Amino acid sequence: MPETRELTLGEAVREALAEEMRRDPRVFICGEDIAEAGTVYKVLNGLVEEFGAERVLDTPISEAGFTGMAVGAAMTGMRPVVDVMFGDFSTLVMDQMVNQAAKIHYMSGGKWKVPMVMRATLGATRRSAAQHSQSLHAWFCHIPGLKVVLPSTPYDAKGLMKTAIRDDNPVVFFEDKMMYRLKGPVPAEDYTIPFGVADIKRAGTDVTIVATSSMVQVALGAAKLLEQAGISAEVIDPRTVWPLDEKTLVESVKKTSRAIVVDEGYGRYGVTAEIASVIAEGAFFNLEAPVKRMGAMHVPIPFSPPLEDATVPTEQTVFEAATALCG
Amino acid sequence: MTTAIAPSKTAPGIDVDQLLRMYRRMLMIRLFEEKVNELYTRALMPGLAHLYNGEEAVAVGVCEALKPDDYITSTHRGHGHCLAKGAALDRMFAELLGKEAGYCKGKGGSMHIADPDTGNLGANAIVCGSAGIATGAAFTAKRLKTGQVAVCFFGDGAMGQGLLYEVMNMAALWKLPVIYLCENNLYGEYTKSSETLAGDILTRAAGFGIEGQSVDGQDVRKVYATAKEVVDRVRRGAGPAFLVCNTYRFLGHHVGDVNREYYRSKQEEQLWKTERDPLKLMADWLTSEQLADRTRLDRMHAEVTSEIEKAVEFAVSAPYPSVDKVAQDVYA
Repeated sequence: MPETRELTLGEAVREALAEEMRRDPRVFICGEDIAEAGTVYKVLNGLVEEFGAERVLDTPISEAGFTGMAVGAAMTGMRPVVDVMFGDFSTLVMDQMVNQAAKIHYMSGGKWKVPMVMRATLGATRRSAAQHSQSLHAWFCHIPGLKVVLPSTPYDAKGLMKTAIRDDNPVVFFEDKMMYRLKGPVPAEDYTIPFGVADIKRAGTDVTIVATSSMVQVALGAAKLLEQAGISAEVIDPRTVWPLDEKTLVESVKKTSRAIVVDEGYGRYGVTAEIASVIAEGAFFNLEAPVKRMGAMHVPIPFSPPLEDATVPTEQTVFEAATALCG
Repeated sequence: MTTAIAPSKTAPGIDVDQLLRMYRRMLMIRLFEEKVNELYTRALMPGLAHLYNGEEAVAVGVCEALKPDDYITSTHRGHGHCLAKGAALDRMFAELLGKEAGYCKGKGGSMHIADPDTGNLGANAIVCGSAGIATGAAFTAKRLKTGQVAVCFFGDGAMGQGLLYEVMNMAALWKLPVIYLCENNLYGEYTKSSETLAGDILTRAAGFGIEGQSVDGQDVRKVYATAKEVVDRVRRGAGPAFLVCNTYRFLGHHVGDVNREYYRSKQEEQLWKTERDPLKLMADWLTSEQLADRTRLDRMHAEVTSEIEKAVEFAVSAPYPSVDKVAQDVYA
């Protein structure tokens, strides 16, 4: 029987990177404070000791510059993993990701490939205020040519990271900083998780809760509360928001007739809007109620704890939304 | 014919064949661009194009100093770089006309010609957009010890972009084999660069400890000689270089920019065209040094004209991509 240990999500990401770096000498990581410092969240601790400073490359504070450099390195034979630290810094790398990485394969008629991974964090409630707390993954989903990954468990994080590194396209990989210490079972052996395949985290019959990243944990907590109230919730994690496993989402809602979509990004024009529309188009005649969307409140993330806590969905608010929907 | 000529006449090791090849390449670019302008005027070409007339010596002199597998990145004004690096006329025209046979299957167009076979990482329509890409290609070359160098072509307009300084800093820190090649044609779109650039741009490179040089970009022999020295130095592992080629855009920002008197005078343009035309300067030099006579140069002109006519014929008669190709190539 293969060995399975309990790892944190941070450890799972690190293990995936280390295994891929051992497997493929073309893989390297670059970013700010990633070598001896191991990133601000210590996710990469120990990698520079094993792989050296050339493959775990500390860069200047030049997000656009090192992301652009990674695009060129990817085109010419390397497989870079770019560490953008906070997803809020996406603003600084957008031209390189959107106008360069995402379009190069198409613009060149399929001749140049950009096999790179951009890692970044998302998520609020860490008291980091408006410029270090946003969940901006929807921006990348809007751009053809990019793939967007949102793991919610250590197991998924490892398998999805390996797939991301092996993918020949630019992949944006968002890790919720509040989940780095979340523990879960992770096999020691090599495995990958395909993109575009949702995972049913909990089966149920009365309401479908589609959730991403740390909102999966919130949804699972809400599902327990709902169970006590006599409501059976199915929790589905798309795992990659592009490509999106529309079929699994629609099939679930056809069964339950009710849906809530929970994602920590802004609701307006965001991931919840897209998924709600996929459900509405695919399961319209099965729906007993309008699809409910829950995301970050449409305000800059505030610093003060009671204010910040009010901006994101919680087990309690998801529970309340579900009971109202099923009432 | 490979007669070596005296070093006083040109750079060491350069022979007549090479000089004539450079002249021919410049001529090819000039006639290509004139044809592009004509295709635009006759409404045969979709969209716009940014012509390279007047700057031919830069692309040709620099690319002559490169090996076939060295990398270049290019700009919106990129036809000259692509042709100088070895692109074929017929597939260039086909791409400009949006045809399936083009370098990018018609999906890129004038501003996005890319070709792995000639080391062309792609022309880029974001000013300075390729500075990261060229630096990354140099990073790969150094990491894999391939011996390649990367040349990042950009205009004086790109000197206003922060990305350039981010990557120059990293290239200097890590001694990457990349050459930042500034084509200073005195205008960023419709604005004089004297209105947008403070100080001496060469000193910007010096701030990173990068050796900067400038050269007369209208003299292909000087461009080649300087580029050769820079490329050799960079290839030997000396780290990045910054080379400014002082040149002039004979025509407008793009083919539709015809009335230009609100930003520069006709007299100024005329002076550059009559006194500083890189083709005329080279032709005069070749004949005065008796390395080629007018008959030979005229014959070359006729040959290139004919090649261009054939290439245009090919492109005009080539089919458009079928509409079902529109969603192909989004992902690898």
